[in-house]
Amino acid sequence: MTEPPENGREGRAHATMTVSEARIWFVAEVLPLESVLMQYIQRNWRNQSEIADIRQEVYVRVYEAAQREIPEHAKPFVLTTARNILINRVRREHVVPIEAVADLESLGAAADEPSPDRAVMAREELRRLQMALDHLPPRSREAVVMKQIEGLSRRDIAARMGVGEETVKRHLTNGMRALADFLYGEPTDLRKKP
Amino acid sequence: MSAAEHILPDASAAEQRAAEWLERRACDDWSETSAAELEAWLAQSPAHAVAFMRLEAAWNRTTRLAALQKPMRRASAKGEQSSRVPVLKIAAAVVVTAAVSVGGSLLALHQENQTFATTIGGREALSLVDGSKIELNTDTVLRMAEGSSQRKVWLDKGEAYFDIKHDAAHPFVVMVGNHRVTDLGTKFIVRQEGDRVEVKLLEGSARLDANDGAPSQTAVLTPGDVAIATANATSVTKRPVKELANDLGWRRGVLMFDHTTLAEAVAEFNRYSRQKIVIADPQIAKLEIGGTFPSDDVKLFGRATHIALGLHVEERGSTIVISQ
Repeated sequence: MTEPPENGREGRAHATMTVSEARIWFVAEVLPLESVLMQYIQRNWRNQSEIADIRQEVYVRVYEAAQREIPEHAKPFVLTTARNILINRVRREHVVPIEAVADLESLGAAADEPSPDRAVMAREELRRLQMALDHLPPRSREAVVMKQIEGLSRRDIAARMGVGEETVKRHLTNGMRALADFLYGEPTDLRKKP
Repeated sequence: MSAAEHILPDASAAEQRAAEWLERRACDDWSETSAAELEAWLAQSPAHAVAFMRLEAAWNRTTRLAALQKPMRRASAKGEQSSRVPVLKIAAAVVVTAAVSVGGSLLALHQENQTFATTIGGREALSLVDGSKIELNTDTVLRMAEGSSQRKVWLDKGEAYFDIKHDAAHPFVVMVGNHRVTDLGTKFIVRQEGDRVEVKLLEGSARLDANDGAPSQTAVLTPGDVAIATANATSVTKRPVKELANDLGWRRGVLMFDHTTLAEAVAEFNRYSRQKIVIADPQIAKLEIGGTFPSDDVKLFGRATHIALGLHVEERGSTIVISQ
């Protein structure tokens, strides 16, 4: 009768998620539209400090709707939601000229390109993941690589980096946020960050 | 200050909290309690849910880097961890005798003389008048003895969870193929596949011995023990009770995986669905996945493997094919 090793979790690529229809749809259909959504919001909203809140508001509305019923077409749904939210904000704040939110249709039409074949997509995904890692601040990148690729525990990462576990925690959470911003927020055709 | 800002928490704060949850799940000992806490936080506000899903999805995508940079994937976690200790080599029958005491009365089953069957994907809970409970998992057939003084059921196929009230005078007997499981008051799972019988003990203690008329070899099962009996050998493996509890997700309609290989997860799902999943590339069979999935939605699981592991998922007629 032997106990399994304590470090049983280490060293393995592993993905964990809790699954529901709405969550899967959101991750598979909505998140990939983030760069388009961000471009749309940025183009139509002056106050850059509010962009993140607007994006979140769009996501919340879209996700709430999906929990009731999955919209048939994600892209027009997301962009229409964004437009409505911007219009409401304009009405409330009387700041931004309302014609600023009019270019929705041109934006929506551009995005339904035929999908490239799988091998290309797989290569593209890897390249993009690598790029996302490269864009992380050095200490965050170090921690993320040790966690996600080498599968080390937080304690081991702390020991290797010569810092405390709280610091590792901070590097990892910063890394997670930056990864999401890059993987979803950056337009796919932008090769370099400004 | 817009109205929306009064309704929704600050986006950046929600995202920071979401990152902290995700970091905790990736790094800490993650228990069912932690998972419940996370679910409660997610349920508090859709803003929490979307922030978490977004970070989780990006984070999961990076596991792909690891999978591809390390082609030497480890063998199945479970296969590795469980050092099998063969305790018995028995020709045929097996008896499990548990030792927990609750004073009890003679059992008269609710439904006497009956067969209970579940279809693929089905589930059924039975309450016995003595307070015992039996829950049948997918594709299971269980028969009950009619009102004799003996408490006896036959698990003809499938899997069932038993939560049995002890009655020293009337031991509870589960017949499984050629094997015989006798329980005296504990919680356990019995699963039959072909001639393989698996008994997992969750609470109490149990005795396992040969039942060829003259029991000769005995092992005491304690919580966490998993006994596997085939036609010619029996072994006992120790697993954390928490892990065994994960195997009971089906009682509430979910399958719970933790560092489970894709091959194992698919085999589990295929028990619950007529539409079967096929893994086309052997290389991906050992990729690992974790999480909580509705057991009745095999397509959703397929899409989850696409999102979490970047695999290609395609529906071909009555099968779902997963490939690199």
